[in-house]
Amino acid sequence: MNINVTIFGQMLSFAVFVWFTMKFIWPPIVKALEERKTKIAEGLAAAERGQHEQELAEKRAKESLHEAKRQAAEIKHNAEKQAALIVEEARDKAKEEGHRQMLVAQAEIEQETNKAREVLRAKVGELAVLGAEKILRKEIDANAHRDIVESVARQI
Amino acid sequence: MAGSETQTSAEYIKHHLTNLTFGNHPEHGWGVAHSSAEAAEMGFWAIHLDTMFFSILLGGLFLYFFHKVGKAATSGVPDTAQNMVEAIVGFVQDNVHNTACERNPLVAPLALTIFVWVFLMNLMDLIPIDLVPWLASLIGIHFLKIVPTTDPNATFGMSLMIFGLIIYYSIKVKGVGGFAGELTLHPFGKWGMPANLLLEGINLVAKPISLSLRLFGNLYAGEMIFILIALMYGGGMVLGISGGVLQFVWAVFHVLIITLQAFIFMVLTIVYLDMAHQESH
Repeated sequence: MNINVTIFGQMLSFAVFVWFTMKFIWPPIVKALEERKTKIAEGLAAAERGQHEQELAEKRAKESLHEAKRQAAEIKHNAEKQAALIVEEARDKAKEEGHRQMLVAQAEIEQETNKAREVLRAKVGELAVLGAEKILRKEIDANAHRDIVESVARQI
Repeated sequence: MAGSETQTSAEYIKHHLTNLTFGNHPEHGWGVAHSSAEAAEMGFWAIHLDTMFFSILLGGLFLYFFHKVGKAATSGVPDTAQNMVEAIVGFVQDNVHNTACERNPLVAPLALTIFVWVFLMNLMDLIPIDLVPWLASLIGIHFLKIVPTTDPNATFGMSLMIFGLIIYYSIKVKGVGGFAGELTLHPFGKWGMPANLLLEGINLVAKPISLSLRLFGNLYAGEMIFILIALMYGGGMVLGISGGVLQFVWAVFHVLIITLQAFIFMVLTIVYLDMAHQESH
């Protein structure tokens, strides 16, 4: 328990230890700590950014989904409209076609009627001539009396 | 316990409180002292080999371990050793944080050195009190104190270095005039200069003395109790067993003391240096 020169030895070794700590021990450890701190901060920032981006992407996805739905609805609507139009057109066309065919048929019928009438007229003329021949019992020049026969036939 | 049959309790205690002293004895010349009286006769120019050996060994261990970890320190995932070192470094940083001396590159490493070194030196107190001296006696060393902090030379050595730093930084930061003013112009104004100097002077000198005596006193008393408990081993079966129990209890309690004393020494060093760095009183 004496104070002696040991005190100087202790002071010296203390000074050397502190110097060594200051020079070689403290800096690398603190550097590693600081580096880790920045790394963690960066990592957290990146994570936050990622989350933000994900949120944005989700929002965008929702938006495009919405847009797609809207477009689909529009297309469907258009298609329906067009289908209705086509049906309408087809109906019109059919009606028109029917009308046209009816006209054609009518014309044909009229034609046929006319033709039959002509034939009938001719026949009636012949019959009239034959009748007249019989009545008159006299040969009539067919050629000479054709005009008369035809006028008779036309009057029928 | 380790003492020979003829040793009395007083001799046993005295034996444990004597350092291995090397010096120039007026009669026997240079050599290792053979008794505490001889050690005292060697005067100032003698050296405590055990204190020096164990303090340097422990300091070296601290430097070696921390340097090894520091060299391999990575900012990635730390291993166990690095974790431990980082915890201690972070603890010291927390204590230095927000003080006026934070910018000073010396203070934090100084605090780290003090904390770990003093802790390791205190830790020697937990080694069974007779174990190392008994081993040493086998190779012919008769006195051995393995706890350097129970030697006032060690604690005063540290506190005087810190005292020197306090004065150095006081003058560096405040200038000679500022430091002198701080010592003489408070608390009674300039007309009470002698009283101021007396008060502030005591205040200043009390710092290193209280610092070293607190550590020394705590560890010395702690070791003394270990020695007294060890005496019980010689007192038969019942005393011996209760001595063992007491030794364990005191060791557990002592774990707290050695850590706390290392921490107090460090914190007070930071506080004193912080005060030395502060411009105004």
